[in-house]
This record gives sequence, C-alpha cells and structure tokens, in this order.
Amino acid sequence: MTRPSTQPSKYKETPTLKAVLIKIIALGLLDAVVVYALFVLFLKESWVAFVLVAIGLVAINWIYLTRRALPAKYLAPGIVFLIIFQLFAVGYSAYIAFTNFGDGHNSTREDAIDSIVAKSLQRVENSPTYDLTVLDQLGTYSFLVTEPDGTVSLGNVESPLEPVDNAQLSGSGKAIGLDGYTALDFAGILANQQAISALAVPLTDNPSDGALRTPDGSKAFLYESTLKYDEAAGSFTDETSGTVFIDRGNGQFETAEGETIQPGWKIDVGFANFARAFGEEEIRRPLIGVVIWTFAFAILSVATTFALGLFLAVVFNDARMKGRRFYRVIAILPYAFPAFLSALVWAGLMNRDFGFINQVLLGGADVPWLTDPVLAKVSILIVNLWLGFPYMFLVSTGALQAIPDEIVEAAKVDGAKPWALFRHIKLPLLMVSLAPLLISSFAFNFNNFNLIYMLTGGGPRDIGADVNVGATDILITLVYKVAFGSVAGRDYGLASAFAIIIFIVVATVSVIGFRQTKALEDLN
Amino acid sequence: MKRAGIAAVFTIATLALAGCAGGGGNEGGEAGSTLTIWVDANRADALKDVIQTFEDDNGVTVKVVQKEFGDTLKEDFTKQVPTGKGPDVVVGAHDWLGSWVQNGVVAPLTVDNAADFQDVATQAMSYEGQQYGLPVSIENIALIRNTDLDPDPHDTFDEMIATGEDLVAAGTVEFPFIVQVGANADPYHMYPIQTSFGAPVFGTNADGSYNADDLQLANEGGDKFAAKLVEWGKSGVLNVSVDGDIAIENFVNKKSPYIITGPWNLPRIKEAGINYSIEAVPSAGGEPSQPFVGVQGFFVSAKTDNALLANKFVVEYLGSEEVQTSIFEKGGRAPALKTAFDAAQSNPDVAAFGEVGAAGVPQPSIPAMGQVWSDWGATEAALIAGSAGDPKAAWQKMADTIATKIKG
Repeated sequence: MTRPSTQPSKYKETPTLKAVLIKIIALGLLDAVVVYALFVLFLKESWVAFVLVAIGLVAINWIYLTRRALPAKYLAPGIVFLIIFQLFAVGYSAYIAFTNFGDGHNSTREDAIDSIVAKSLQRVENSPTYDLTVLDQLGTYSFLVTEPDGTVSLGNVESPLEPVDNAQLSGSGKAIGLDGYTALDFAGILANQQAISALAVPLTDNPSDGALRTPDGSKAFLYESTLKYDEAAGSFTDETSGTVFIDRGNGQFETAEGETIQPGWKIDVGFANFARAFGEEEIRRPLIGVVIWTFAFAILSVATTFALGLFLAVVFNDARMKGRRFYRVIAILPYAFPAFLSALVWAGLMNRDFGFINQVLLGGADVPWLTDPVLAKVSILIVNLWLGFPYMFLVSTGALQAIPDEIVEAAKVDGAKPWALFRHIKLPLLMVSLAPLLISSFAFNFNNFNLIYMLTGGGPRDIGADVNVGATDILITLVYKVAFGSVAGRDYGLASAFAIIIFIVVATVSVIGFRQTKALEDLN
Repeated sequence: MKRAGIAAVFTIATLALAGCAGGGGNEGGEAGSTLTIWVDANRADALKDVIQTFEDDNGVTVKVVQKEFGDTLKEDFTKQVPTGKGPDVVVGAHDWLGSWVQNGVVAPLTVDNAADFQDVATQAMSYEGQQYGLPVSIENIALIRNTDLDPDPHDTFDEMIATGEDLVAAGTVEFPFIVQVGANADPYHMYPIQTSFGAPVFGTNADGSYNADDLQLANEGGDKFAAKLVEWGKSGVLNVSVDGDIAIENFVNKKSPYIITGPWNLPRIKEAGINYSIEAVPSAGGEPSQPFVGVQGFFVSAKTDNALLANKFVVEYLGSEEVQTSIFEKGGRAPALKTAFDAAQSNPDVAAFGEVGAAGVPQPSIPAMGQVWSDWGATEAALIAGSAGDPKAAWQKMADTIATKIKG
C-alpha cells in the first residue's frame, strides 16, 4: 500500500442528527420486535432459541451502538441471513441424517405413547350413549350422565359411577345439575377442554369394565382399552393376550419376537443411516449405477451446452454476421422459460405415439424417446442441451467481448490462422473467467432434479430390479424417492444421509476444479 | 448504515414472525376459542354456511386455511401435527389414513350414528377396527360410453373392444377404447379390469379389513390378466403413450367410444356436448369388475388442544344432511351419508357412478399399499409395452418384490 494512511478519515466525523435519529428509530423497532419474540419463546419454553435470539439482540445492539466495529456494521445483516437461510437448513438436515425420522418415527416418545393409548381405546360394543353434563366442584370435574332409560349417575376419576336421585332434570329428562356442584356451560367446557377430554370415569370398581369418556362435552361413551401403559416400566401390555411391548432403545415398543406397535418415535441413530446407504444390499446395488449415470449426465450436460453455447457465441460475435441481435434474442429464449415447465412440454413432445417429434418431424415414426432406457438418457441430454446452452451462450459472449482487440490483432499480425487464434489465444483467455462457471454448472446439473423428475420421473424402470430405480434416476431423484417413500416408506433420515454424501461429492469435485482453475490463471 | 439497520430489522422481524407462527390455531389466548381447519377450495366454499352456524351456536371462531387437496396436504399434516402447528381438523382421503395412523397424527373419532353412513364409507374411514374420519364424499371410476357412437352396453370387455374395433375399421373413431396408462401405467384405472380376472391386491380379514400379509395380486387370475395386458398392448387397446390428458382429450374429441374415468372428468365431457352413459366396466375375465372406491372426509388431529370442539364440529355439523348435500353440490361426488346420498340420486350421474361404486371395494389404506403402486405400475407398463418378456414370470417377479418390500 502506497497511500498515506495517517490522514484523519472523514468517516470519523460526528454523524448528523438525522442519521442518529434513523439509527435510534431502526434499532428501537428492532429491539421491540425481538423483545416480543423473546417473550413468545419464553412462554413456549424454547430455551435454545431464546438464548440464541437474546445473544443476537445484544450483539446487534452492540455493533450498531459502538463507535468501533465498522466492518461488523456492514457484515452483520448478511451474517444473520446466512445463519437463518443457510447454516440452519444445512445444520438441520445434517442432524436429520443422524436420526430415524420418517414414517412411523415422526414425533417424540410422549406423543407416541399418547397416540397408542388413544388408538387402543375402543368403544364397548352395544354400550349406550350417555347424555352428559360436566360438573365442577372446587376444580374437580365430575360426569353427570343420563342413560337412555333415564337413570342418572354421577362419577369422577376417583369414584366410579353411582346413581343419584336428587339431580335437576331438564324438560326432556336429561340431568342438568346437582346440588353442591356447578354445571359447566359450553364455554366453560371449552375453556377446560384438555382436562375434560382426558377425563376417564370408571364404570365400576373393576377397571376392566371400562370407563366413560366424552369426545364432545355433551355425550359420553363407554370405552375399554386393550393396551395398558406401565409408567414405571415404560412398557405396554396387551390385556387380552398378555403380550408385553418394551422400549428397546430403537424408537418403538417391541416384543421379544420383534412385533411392534405403531407409532414409534424419533431417536438419534448415529451413523446407522450412512451404514445403510452403503451396507444394505437393496440400496447399494442400484447406487453404483446411479452414481455413474449422475456423473455422466452432469459432465456431458456441461460439455454439450458449453460447446454449443461457445460455438454460437463465436459465430454471433463475428462482425460479418448479419442480424446478430435478432439471433442472439432467439438463442436466449429457452433460458427465459421456467425449466420445469419446459421439461413438461418436452415430455409431451417426445411422447412416442402422440408427440410432435415422432408425429410431425419424423413423419409418424415410432421412436420410444422416453420409454427406452438408452434413448431416455439421450433424450435427457438433448433436452438439457436445449435448456442449458443459452446460459453458456450468454457467458461466453460476455467473456469473448472482454478479450482486448489488441491481443487478437497482435496474433493476426503474427500470422495466426483463425483456428489457431481461437485454440491458443481466445480459448485460454475465456477459460480463466468461464472455468468457475463451468464448475458451478456441473454442481447444478449434478443435482438437476427438475429436469429428470419432470421429463421421465427417473424412468423407465427396469422391472427386473428389486428397487424402484429407473434408468435416468440421478442421485438427487433417488434421494427424493427414498425421502418420499417409493423405495421403502418415507425415510427422511436415510434421505438426509444421502444428501450429505452428495454434498461431499459435489464439494470435492468443486474444490479440485477450482484448484485447476488457479493453475489456468497462472498461464496468463 | 441506514440500509444495514433496515436489513437487520427485517431479519429480526422474520425471526420473530417465525417464532409466532409456531402458535398456529392453538395460540389464540384461551384454549377453545379458535378452531383451525385445513380444507380445499371446493369444500371451503361448501362449508361456509355450516361454519357460520357453528360459530354462532358455540360462540367460537373457525379459522379456515385453504390447501390444495393432494400429497402436499397429506405431508404437511404429517409433519406439522407433531410440532403443534397443525390444524385441529383436516380434510383428507381415506387412503392416507394408514400412513397418518402409522405416524400417530390422527385421533380416533366416536361417531354415534355410523350406521347412517354408507358401509363402504365407514369401512374406508376405519383402520384396525377404529373409525378415524367422518366420511363426506365417495368417488370411483366407471366406464363412460359415447352413446352416439355406440348406443348399446356390453356384457363383456371383449365384446366391447370388438365393437370399438369395428368403429375403428369403419373410420368413425381412432381408438377402440381408451384408458389412461402413461409411462408408469396406472393400476388405479386398470383395477376394474384386473379384478374381473379375480385378482385383487390384498385378501381380507374376517372383519373386511385388508390383510397386508395376504398379497393376492399374483394369483392365477393375475397371471391371466398379465397375459391379456401383453395382448392388448400389441393390438393397441392399451398404450403407454396415453396419459391422463391424452385420454380425456381423445374421448371428448370423439376419437374413442369408451373411456374409463371418474367424475372429475364429467364437466369436460358435458362441455364437449357428448351424449354419454355411465356404467360398470364390462368384465374381461368373467368375474365382476370392481373399481377402487375412494372416500374423502374430515379427521381430527391427534395433538389438538380443542379435542371437544373439533369432535363436535366434525361429528355433529359435518355429518349433517345439509352439509353433505352442499359438499356434493359443489364437488359433484356422491355423499357418504345415506339420506344425502338418496337425495342425490335425482342426479343421474351420481346415481350411475354410485351404482358402479356400490360394487367396488375401498382402496386399501394400509401402509403396505404404499409399497405396491410403483412396482405394480412399472410391471403393467412393461407388459403393455411388450418389453417384459414372459408375462407370467414378470407378474410373479413383481409380486415377490412387493411381498419382500412389505415385510421390510
């Protein structure tokens, strides 16, 4: 650095009143909102989020109130966005890869127990419908029920149903009140829904006779439960068969024979998902083919689109070409349509019997563009070429025009022929600026889900294979199939593990690629 | 500085909103004052009146969230209920039920008057002996015949195809018969044909529920069906290039006298001014053809804080004849409540579809069904395309693969 740095910077001047006011108002608004958010988090008892937001609040106030930390003032918003939109998403999917999250393991152990208890409650067959009035006595709720024959009984959690004879009756003979108790109106019932819907009033002293529960606060039914939960042992017992289901630490209640009850719950499984991705025969076998095709697809896509895009760029860049502007607009049109829509349209065009290509262009030919395993791969590449070359054309045009005319002139003076001029002068110069774009294009195509999903859906499938993997499936569509269930039920854990593997592959390829790019730069 | 400050405000506001969004319908202060329901646009319209009545009767508010009916709705419900963000009540299809129960996101429902609903509807809304949903509408596919092109119904599939082929030969139409197949086939639309060979997907238990361990796909009838698929594929009766759009397009353009489709395509057929008749798919294998019957209804979340209110709304209000009729009028699908269904018989389309559906079977809702579709469709497609080799071997291989997957 040669510039003198001893002069007082103009940025150190006292800020204007307007700037201070804006700063105070903006920070004040921000603090108000965040403090409200903290309240909400506190009430919801989300402690981790609470602490993180609190730290963020203090940090942001410090950054904008202090006179130091000038770079932080510019960086802070970006960093906050980075944390929310990138790190959180990446971190969360990484976390999922270490759990058994998926169908049947959807929530916490407590939820699973609640669900099992609820679904094992069966209404006793042929039991009557009881008209119900919910009574409150010093915070204890009781059921005042009227049987269809007019018998009125009272009971609560502690004491089973007992007939009462001094109840107040409505015109229709329904008991609606009792001395010493407050009858709850509907609003009162609603205000205490959770307590009342959880209330089970035993029919008799014998618990196996069942208990009355109410689904809606105005009627009660007799239910019995076949599965009993033992809080101390943490296990379920089937009352009829005596089978015991124990929590064996694999996220579900299970008998010694491996019989389970649904639902299970989400647990951490360590590296089990990664072990499955490589170890389980039915996943590993198709994986190899898919990996090869994914690389072939990504590399060929970049190569073909770049070749065509660059060729057009060179042609349209030639001053002798007439109507260049018109052609350029035409050439970037495919880029202007949403890619997934284009893929759908192409799927229609390539239909064997009804598609435009076979019917019109090929005069009624019978080419199975999308249903033959090899042709489907070719079709994918063709469509991707159509979708991808405008981008390459655009960036190549830009890079070409950035090459100084003097260099080209100098080469011509030295006697370079057009091909040599392109091969030895223009192309190396182009590659310096284009290589990083080619690498990112590779990474994009490596995960080009839209195209595959919309054009062939991964098909055609080989029905001889045991797994639902088609000829054109790439890794990311395989992940989709794993995550959303056409392989073996929804398995988000396994899908996340795959996603991490894909990330590692793409990252490795990109790092190597960028190293090579640096070497290119050294050429100049 | 100013710009950075504003950006920060936005950021934190986003954070704060994300925090608040966690509340969903259950945060509204005192529990019980707000009921959140997820419903599709069609039914949201039909429910307007009953929601108003419900609000007035009970002094509560109902928050209606419109969602598109389909997989996203199903997935969102599965994922959001455990976090407490889900709705109290949700609309759904009965074949999602198995997965919802497996994930513990729906609560059993006590319906006092279950006998007032059509049996197939109650059965469809039940799982492992428990009823979970309140059925509102029933739908199934049937054969729609263009009566101008072919005025008479047929007893057998072959007879119908022969008539269709005569029409093709005469140059009146292009296709003897049309049904959507697509590159991965469509076992749902093919099912009536398959069952006429006596090959259902699963066997049933004594109580009529499906038995996942008893895969019936590849019985003798299944083999015959597979052989027929190859034959039909060769003769052009079935074609994997025909997807849903192409199928209905060709039928409304009078290029085929027959189509197998559901009530959702009726508006287009009417619009095209086609004279039609709705009837059962003629038997191809000698036994009656049974389409899958789909039932749609309302379910209560397993984690609702408003259990009593939600149950009251679903059972007492949505189960009423007015509501069932109103949903029928908006959606055009037969109501599940018997009285409403009887009233809807005055509509000949509903009556005809209903009659075909009465002979149908509920589409299995057991989670094992999720393992079936993909291999089933791929094999049918390969058979029709003629790339599967020996039909019996391919069909048996498919059944073995599915059975292995179900066992896990």
